[in-house]
Amino acid sequence: MDLLTPELGLFVWTLIAFLAVFFILRKFAWKPILNSLHERETGIADSIAAAERVKKEMGQLQAENEKIMMEARAQSAQMLKEAKDMKDSIISKAKEETKVVADKMIAEAQQQIQQQKMAALTEVKNEIGKLAVEVAEKVIRKQLATTDSQNDYAKMLTEDIKMN
Amino acid sequence: MRSGRLFSLLALTFALSSAPVFTFAQHEENHEAAPATEAAAAHEGHHEEKKEGFNASEVIFGHIGDSHYWHLFDINEHPVSLSLPVIIYHPEKGVEMFSASKFHHGHESYNGYHIEKGMKEKIISEDGASIIDFSVTKNVLSMIISVVLLLWIMLSVAKKYKKNGTMVAPTGFQNALEPVVTFIRDEVGKPNLGNKYMRFMPLLLTVFFFIWINNLLGLLPGGANFTGNIAVTACLALVSFIVMLFSANKHFWGHLFNPPGVPLGIKFLLVPIEFISLFIKPIALMIRLFANILAGHIVILSVISMIFIFGALSKVAGWGFVPVSLAFSIFMFFLELLVAAIQAFIFTNLTAVFLGQAIEEAHHDDHAHAEAGHH
Repeated sequence: MDLLTPELGLFVWTLIAFLAVFFILRKFAWKPILNSLHERETGIADSIAAAERVKKEMGQLQAENEKIMMEARAQSAQMLKEAKDMKDSIISKAKEETKVVADKMIAEAQQQIQQQKMAALTEVKNEIGKLAVEVAEKVIRKQLATTDSQNDYAKMLTEDIKMN
Repeated sequence: MRSGRLFSLLALTFALSSAPVFTFAQHEENHEAAPATEAAAAHEGHHEEKKEGFNASEVIFGHIGDSHYWHLFDINEHPVSLSLPVIIYHPEKGVEMFSASKFHHGHESYNGYHIEKGMKEKIISEDGASIIDFSVTKNVLSMIISVVLLLWIMLSVAKKYKKNGTMVAPTGFQNALEPVVTFIRDEVGKPNLGNKYMRFMPLLLTVFFFIWINNLLGLLPGGANFTGNIAVTACLALVSFIVMLFSANKHFWGHLFNPPGVPLGIKFLLVPIEFISLFIKPIALMIRLFANILAGHIVILSVISMIFIFGALSKVAGWGFVPVSLAFSIFMFFLELLVAAIQAFIFTNLTAVFLGQAIEEAHHDDHAHAEAGHH
């Protein structure tokens, strides 16, 4: 069949044209186009990767900030607590100290009171003794006014000693 | 895709089988109409059965075949056409160049040559020498136009890439072209050729765009049937085949001539089959593109011709058939637009598949063999 037999002329023209197109386009079109497509694709991929990385870093930073904030908050709470504790301890210490001082003063006062009481008592005792001695002297003087009574008494004393 | 091909094949067989019928019917009509054209046919010898009435097969085969004229339209039965340069190599007289207008539309002979119109238009040397016709025919001129278009488009787009730098979004035609280029690269090049795809990308892209733009130009009214010509598809297939042969590696040739793990007796059977299949690949490429485009052209022309065939029967039938025919031919045009891209893609993809088989390394050969079986 005629349609199925290729003509040499058209074949040669096609070959020449196709090869010419191929070599021209390879050098001046396909290489630059494919290269820029490749460059753009890698560029976009890089940019996306960079953006992703920055995002991740931002997230990390944020987390870090939060952590720092938390720490600061915890620290301030701690400090407050410590201050309160210190205040409490100071107050209680002061209270204790005053108590000690007061106790000491009370004790001293009591001691003094005791001493003075004792001194007063001793004086009263001495006074009473003196009075008793004076009374006794007076009584004895009256009883031993005669010589007989003096002798009797001496006798009785010697008997006491002998018996002892 | 497969059903489209089947449809085209059916259409082709339909068109081809019905073509002789049209011709036959036409002959009878011409005999009756002969007296009317006698005056016009008087001054030439072998050209009596032209004009008057409508000869569908002549119109169709006149269109799908190559020509030394670019026929545009007829005014009062006079063809208005562009005469193209004729270049002939004669084994004795050497190269001769003259305008096809010298043949006066095939009515006269010039310088010892005349045009013979059979199914194809041929220049015959009257001294019986076997000449080679290197004329710039309609197909060649159409191809030159497509080449100019292709170069202009691609070079201007490439310039844009250089001018704008790589990180700028594409604009204008660059935008239309870029997805196609990336499609060929990502869907054809990378899956078939693996990491060596960059070496073959220029070939694949050139083949794809060359076929596509010529398919599209062929669809224009008055366009040439360039990619539906077997010389063209043979040339493209040969280029693919030669590239495949030259890039084939040791593994490929080893599998071809000495398939491993096959008993000796089977080898005698297998090696010739494999060897034949090597040549069937480019032939399949050639036939597929040729038949698809040719069938598309024939179907569209047949459908349009029906208007005139019915018109020749009766005016009412002719006008009545116009909407049907128009609707069907519009549908066919859309289908052919699709086929134009699909066939360009298939040719490119099969080229990539064959190249992939030729360059593949030893490890994953079973997979590729299975894949080749599908196509």
